[in-house]
Amino acid sequence: MAKGPIKEELSKLDYTPPATEWMDTPVEFKPGTFCWGAKGKNLQTVEFPNARDWSPAEENWKLPKDWEGTVLEAMADRLSKYRSFKLFMDICVRCGACADKCHFYIGSGDPKNMPVLRAELMRSVYRKYFTTPGKILGRLAGARELTVDVLKEWWYYFFQCTECRRCSVFCPYGIDQAEITMMGREFLNLLGLNTDWISGPVANCYMKGNHLGLEPHAIMNSIEGMIDDIETITGIRINPSFNRKGAEILFVTPSGDLFADPGTFTCMGYMMLFHELGIDYTWSTYASEGGNFGLFTSNEMAKRLNSKIYAEAKRLGVKYIIGGECGHMWRVLQQYMDTWNGPTDFMEVPVSPLTGTRFENAKSTKMIHITEFTADLIKNNKLKLDPSRNDDLVVTYHDSCNTARGMGLMDEPRYIINNVCNKFHEMPEDTIREKTFCCGSGTGLNASENMELRMRGGLPRANAVKYVHEKHGVNMLANICAIDRATLSASMDYWVPGVKVTGVHEMVANALIMTGEKERETNLRGDPLPGKEGK
Amino acid sequence: MRVLIPFFTVIVLVLLAFAGVKMANLHFLFGVLIPYAAVVVFILGFIYRVVQWGRSPVPFRIPTTCGQMESLPWIKQSKLENPSTTMGVIGRMLLEVLFFRSLFRNIKTEFREGPKLSYGSDKWLWMAGLAFHWSFLIILIRHLRFFSLNVPFVIKIMESLDSFLQIGVPLLYITDAVILGAVTFLVIRRFWIPQVRYISLAADYFPLFLILGVAVSGILMRYFVKVHIVGVKELAMGLVSFSPAIPEGVGVIFYIHLFLICVLFAYFPFSKLMHMGGVFLSPTRNLANNSRAVRHINPWNYPVHVHTYEEYENDFREKMKKAGLPVEKE
Repeated sequence: MAKGPIKEELSKLDYTPPATEWMDTPVEFKPGTFCWGAKGKNLQTVEFPNARDWSPAEENWKLPKDWEGTVLEAMADRLSKYRSFKLFMDICVRCGACADKCHFYIGSGDPKNMPVLRAELMRSVYRKYFTTPGKILGRLAGARELTVDVLKEWWYYFFQCTECRRCSVFCPYGIDQAEITMMGREFLNLLGLNTDWISGPVANCYMKGNHLGLEPHAIMNSIEGMIDDIETITGIRINPSFNRKGAEILFVTPSGDLFADPGTFTCMGYMMLFHELGIDYTWSTYASEGGNFGLFTSNEMAKRLNSKIYAEAKRLGVKYIIGGECGHMWRVLQQYMDTWNGPTDFMEVPVSPLTGTRFENAKSTKMIHITEFTADLIKNNKLKLDPSRNDDLVVTYHDSCNTARGMGLMDEPRYIINNVCNKFHEMPEDTIREKTFCCGSGTGLNASENMELRMRGGLPRANAVKYVHEKHGVNMLANICAIDRATLSASMDYWVPGVKVTGVHEMVANALIMTGEKERETNLRGDPLPGKEGK
Repeated sequence: MRVLIPFFTVIVLVLLAFAGVKMANLHFLFGVLIPYAAVVVFILGFIYRVVQWGRSPVPFRIPTTCGQMESLPWIKQSKLENPSTTMGVIGRMLLEVLFFRSLFRNIKTEFREGPKLSYGSDKWLWMAGLAFHWSFLIILIRHLRFFSLNVPFVIKIMESLDSFLQIGVPLLYITDAVILGAVTFLVIRRFWIPQVRYISLAADYFPLFLILGVAVSGILMRYFVKVHIVGVKELAMGLVSFSPAIPEGVGVIFYIHLFLICVLFAYFPFSKLMHMGGVFLSPTRNLANNSRAVRHINPWNYPVHVHTYEEYENDFREKMKKAGLPVEKE
């Protein structure tokens, strides 16, 4: 990476806290560590308050009148609506077990990135206005007033948390910083304090159905391009359908898969698999986004965006839904969607048309993960696979935060990977599965102006990849997340050059022997297959 | 300040009890009224806090999953780390409450030049925490001998196990040594580890000092400054039978011990010590991960403004038709 943060600087870390107490240490808005402010027009599109252009780097944040009242009122409201929030404000004992579990703390050494202290940023205000000891004893009880500086500090650090929940795994009471960050962002949103990189996609998704703002014909064009590539490589022309009523299955994936490498290769993988099996499925241009940047905004916004999936399933009359490879999308689908927008009695319990497997674990949401679907196919010998086509790859697997800690989808992708490639090595055990590290750029932090922050947050993940890269020659980092595919590519280039990033279904499609295919010379990326390099 | 104020508060509390009993002769106040008041505050306060938490609903099913979910039948589910049934949740909670499962996971991140990160097992906090809580519980149960006319068999067994080392007269209780060691460790680590010192509040030091005071006064009383033990039992029996009486000649050290305990009880509901009740209510731990199989209901779920398909088609109808997409309205 030519420009961007200097590696030497990011490699020197000091974990000694500053001499001043944290309440007396003002927040410093260092360029490269924060995102641009939301644009007024994007906030307007979704009817958000205080819509105006603003910049976090400037002194004046153009806050609405009585913003303190707005925040405190919202705080009281959320305390009465979320047991998690109320409990997590009250029961922390500050044991410090979470401190060095956060990728941002590990990569930055900034004590306010310790989950416990990030939470104290909020708790201190909670104590001041909502607890008796805090009201009486003030600072001695760890309480402080809500001031503009405190608000700015909230903004800085709540957009420096990727809601990855790793801290929650280690907390003896399961305190989940993601819950506190979500509340913090809700309050900030009431004042129009979102980031451009989140509010833009939210507005796009609301009006056009996907974060990237792809209009219906653009989605089709993008997929058309992939179909051409598939034909070049395999000799097979596949013919997906869009917005088709009466299809058995609706397929929803993050729009990142439609847009940029290496996500597009994963997308080609889905389509080749479905084609080979003759699956009766349709894309939707209206519900063309599995991901949900609303989740990084407010609970209500997340629900508004998510509503399209069930609405479209109903309109098209499908039996069930398959979801593509995405991290936070699956947090939403697993833990929120049915509660928000269910029940879904217009659909049926998902049954694989090829194996007859009933997915009882999704009998209420009627939505299954593509790796559940594919793992079941492989187990039942429904796919002809030639893993040697992936022999140029030495693969490791990155668990996405959300599929690991918000779902527990861990062995399905591993089972698939082990069936489609021959060389697989796990990263060290403290960095995978429920202890997996965030890519460093989740929850809408994958902008370009905050590259220093992203590379710092990405260090722990990259470092574990580097370990297997040096030990086993790993050159491919597999994952099931669209944001990972984009962000890990950047952090690999930065920290571990020589390691590329792939979705699991790209490898599936490379290994998949399709009926009537020509002899393949290259993989989906156009690189020669192993043994065909000379040609 | 965050250390000194709690420290001196405990000292003042000790002096208060000393002066109150030794000089002002307020035996009834310290031996009867304050204990009753403390117990009432503890019980009502505890219930109040738990009810307050309970009044906030759990709108979403948000367990933090720490193992493989229930999936295809041939994929082995991690039933305790990622439970999908009530039994599994009970198992998970028991591991959490009795053995501090999550703290057991603790690892230490080490950063070296390179940059190179490595992770090592770090069980010290888990061990000290477990030692502290379990010895506290055993000591508490042991004390029930003072509140029952005939000491129950279970307590006798517990006492003999606790003193099986057969050291000294009276016999040394292992838990006395353990709690002293564990609390001292917990205090020292708060000073020692820069990050932990940085986040510690007065409310973190105060209960530690207070519990240390309780333990030290209790140990002094048992092994060094003898008190009139029959008198102590008389007082305790009087309290539980609601016919309180102040026996003669119980040493002042007993009143100090009792007063510190009363402060601990009364302080409990208003402090972080409520994690004892809170841990049971934590939604990331006490919910089954079955939200795709069973719909979780949010009591305050409300309709939201959405962008409907109809509006979408209105925006893009011409483009959709041109691209050959089916439309609802021509």
